[in-house]
Amino acid sequence: MIDNQPKENSQEKIKYTAKDFTSSQDVRWCPGCGDYSILAQVQRTSPDLGFKKENVVWVSGIGCSSRFPYYMDTYGIHGIHGRAPAIATGVKVNNPNLDVWVATGDGDLLSIGGNHFIHACRRNVDIKILLFNNKIYGLTKGQYSPTSEKGKKTKSTPFGSVDFPFNPLSLALGAEATFVARSLDRDPKHLQAIIKRASEHAGTAFIEIYQNCNIFNDGAFELYTEKDTKPDNVVFLEHGKPMIFGKNQDKGIKLEGLNPKVVDLANGEASVNDLWIHDEFDESPARAFILAQFTENENMPLPVGVFRQIKRSTYDKDFHEQIERIKKVKGEGDLKKLLFAGNMWTVN
Amino acid sequence: MKVGKEVLELSDVTVRFAGDSGDGMQLTGTQFTNTTALVGNDLSTLPDYPAEIRAPVGTTYGVSGFQLHFSSSDIQTPGDSPDILVAMNPAALKVNVKDLKHNAAIIININSFDARNLKLAGYDTNPLEDGSLEGYNVVQVPLSQQTSKALEDSGLSAKEISRCKNFFALGMMYWLYSRPIEPTLKWIKDKFKDTPLLAAANEKALLAGYYFGENTELFTTRYQVEPAKLPKGIYRNISGNEALAIGFVTASVKSGLPLFLGSYPITPASDILHELSKHKNFGVRTFQAEDEIAAITSAIGAAFSGALAITTTSGPGVALKTEAIGLAVMTELPLIIIDVQRGGPSTGLPTKTEQSDLQQAINGRNGEAPVVVIAACTPADCFNMALEAARLATKYMVPVLYLSDGYIANGSEPWKIPEPDSIPGIEVKFRTEKEGFAPYMRDENLARPWAIPGTAGLEHRIGGLEKSNVSGNVSYDPENHEFMVRLRAQKVKNIENDIPELEVTGDIDADVLVIGWGGTYGSITEAVSRARRNGGRVAQAHFKYLNPFPKNTGEVLNKYKHIICAELNMGQLAKFLKSEYLVDIDSFTKIQGLPFKSSEIEKKIETVIGGYSK
Repeated sequence: MIDNQPKENSQEKIKYTAKDFTSSQDVRWCPGCGDYSILAQVQRTSPDLGFKKENVVWVSGIGCSSRFPYYMDTYGIHGIHGRAPAIATGVKVNNPNLDVWVATGDGDLLSIGGNHFIHACRRNVDIKILLFNNKIYGLTKGQYSPTSEKGKKTKSTPFGSVDFPFNPLSLALGAEATFVARSLDRDPKHLQAIIKRASEHAGTAFIEIYQNCNIFNDGAFELYTEKDTKPDNVVFLEHGKPMIFGKNQDKGIKLEGLNPKVVDLANGEASVNDLWIHDEFDESPARAFILAQFTENENMPLPVGVFRQIKRSTYDKDFHEQIERIKKVKGEGDLKKLLFAGNMWTVN
Repeated sequence: MKVGKEVLELSDVTVRFAGDSGDGMQLTGTQFTNTTALVGNDLSTLPDYPAEIRAPVGTTYGVSGFQLHFSSSDIQTPGDSPDILVAMNPAALKVNVKDLKHNAAIIININSFDARNLKLAGYDTNPLEDGSLEGYNVVQVPLSQQTSKALEDSGLSAKEISRCKNFFALGMMYWLYSRPIEPTLKWIKDKFKDTPLLAAANEKALLAGYYFGENTELFTTRYQVEPAKLPKGIYRNISGNEALAIGFVTASVKSGLPLFLGSYPITPASDILHELSKHKNFGVRTFQAEDEIAAITSAIGAAFSGALAITTTSGPGVALKTEAIGLAVMTELPLIIIDVQRGGPSTGLPTKTEQSDLQQAINGRNGEAPVVVIAACTPADCFNMALEAARLATKYMVPVLYLSDGYIANGSEPWKIPEPDSIPGIEVKFRTEKEGFAPYMRDENLARPWAIPGTAGLEHRIGGLEKSNVSGNVSYDPENHEFMVRLRAQKVKNIENDIPELEVTGDIDADVLVIGWGGTYGSITEAVSRARRNGGRVAQAHFKYLNPFPKNTGEVLNKYKHIICAELNMGQLAKFLKSEYLVDIDSFTKIQGLPFKSSEIEKKIETVIGGYSK
């Protein structure tokens, strides 16, 4: 069966449903994989993102997460390992009217494809990158990844890994990404909201999604996703609001110089007025970087939400504006003038 | 003042300018070439420069050369051996003297032949005094001194004045070969319009050189080369890289597709990126990527979204792009990969020419991954093959690997400019019809439809996993895989019906056939015609289509008792032809980073024939 029978109603402006974004292909991830939730949240959100389905292109590399485009009934390229940001850049630069999304994993984006990731960020190409971070290699059956914690015991590191991991958000911030966020596969509402925010952002939008691999790294994010531990271990970032978390909303985060600190709001140690007020739009990346580093400090909760969003012109827009400007200055290309140029002479 | 200097008529001349890489020899050679083109001579050039931008001054590593062959008749090569060498310093003399014709003239900048420069060049004794230049006509010109004298009131520093000496040398050569100086004067005015002091100095140096030629007693003869009798038309001098670049702009206009170039700088292909970056008013999209892989994968993305997508590189870059070429094979997208070959393996000889990427082009991928492979054979031909690459890629939805090489990329020749209207259109139709659409359905050419994002109702997914025929769904079915492998091969093979047959020239009924491919065309053609002029009976055939081969290849090869295959590698084409057509081939090769000299091939022909009959 052909999985892309034309949809009757896709030409006029219509109200899509999640079903319109669901291809006929059987989803082949392992039962219980966090990828299912991410796919579902993308499909649920897509009708509300305001774009025409025929303008959507999903690009991926290699790995479990990179099967994603096959399950979306949009245009899609399942590329080669690590290259999704580069393929997506080509799609977007050639046709800026398209809505280009990348589905990728921690091995794909941060190991083999690290170079393309940082360059997409610094160029600020208007593409959205969803990093499915499960801190493990799944498709190759369980080797440690560049986001696995030091000392991780896997098939390729039976005595524990000896290298330090990447912090994906620090990396994105360092590469000048203009939209940096984190969400969780097990928090559908939050993930949907973040996807929507990313979609509205002009420029490279990067979302790190903690995604559980129940086969090779099960429970890696349990602390942040389970009902009883989540409140005390996750802080939801909201612009303009103090950073408060805890089962009883009794813990806060205070910034002392460059050092974040958890303070108790119940015992009089600190009040709400002392807390760090989150500013997504801060021009300086310094505070966002401190937030990104919470994961390196066992006393700090995991921040989720939008770490940073700044306005900067996009590569694809500047690229085409330059072309239009040159057309105006030099005049629309004329083949005769192109060929008959330079030092010419006539042979009679 | 000398009056009545003898003017000698010559049919063709090969000159070589050589100096330090900071001496401006490429510029001098290019100016001499442009003026020579305007005079109406046929010409062919060979720039030869070191990989280092500024190697240590005065050493042989830093010597940069520019050779130009010009003639009153049709010529094919930049000349085997120069008739005249301009050597700006001892190192330039040392590197180049071995290439010169017997009796060649050597113009030497005598001011640079001091103990220090002789030592830097590795001379134990001064060649001007030790008799080692016997047999050459050595003219010792106080070039630096004369330039300084001419520019003493210029207001420039001694260092700046010294840098003008190449214009003095150029002026002198213009006088010697009866070339007009006006085109270069005009060029100086334009080039240095923001630095009037430099403009005035260079102009003065050029004129001083010219008048020096006229007044000095060192030159008793001046030469003239009549315009060549080329076919009627308007001409310009063009290098291979330039021709290739504007060829693709033309293909973009003729196909109505926007041109997208994904590229990462690499010698000797970067000039294509530079040239195309100038033509944004044609809507050309040049993307300088972060690496070779991003260069090709961005082009794949652009091809998917409806561009005429190309990526330009050299051998090491093709190696990096290999996996992505496989993706383009699997996704059946029109993509053109341009390999301007250089000496390999690895970093090899970045600025030197070679033809050693043919095996890589035809077979260098994992799996059964056929692509179309074509090659341009002269600088101007790079224009034609660009159009051909675009035609084949879009008509058959297939990657095309386009081979050029450092020799034709940087070399130049007169190009009869085609009228834009005379260039055939490239018909491209995107699929828009929903009814009956499937991403891997086939037309009569076995091409799949090109359905680009933005087209409602044709949403589909492609990728590197094996595809089910017609539906394009991922398939691990054994029979389907074999079917698809064979189908992709057949699609490429069928192109033999859509390309010109292999043409045989010369003595068609001779016993000996000389074959080659790509950039060796000039050298082989010259060798064959010399051999025939000397009484040898020789046929010639030249390949521009390497995969698939022209349909009549087997028939042509089987006609000849002896086939010489001349290549700048270890015999790669010979190997392919032997295994494909089971014929015996006498492989004649050279792997020195240099083009063939016609005399080398001619000597080979003579040996095979057993001497000329006449």
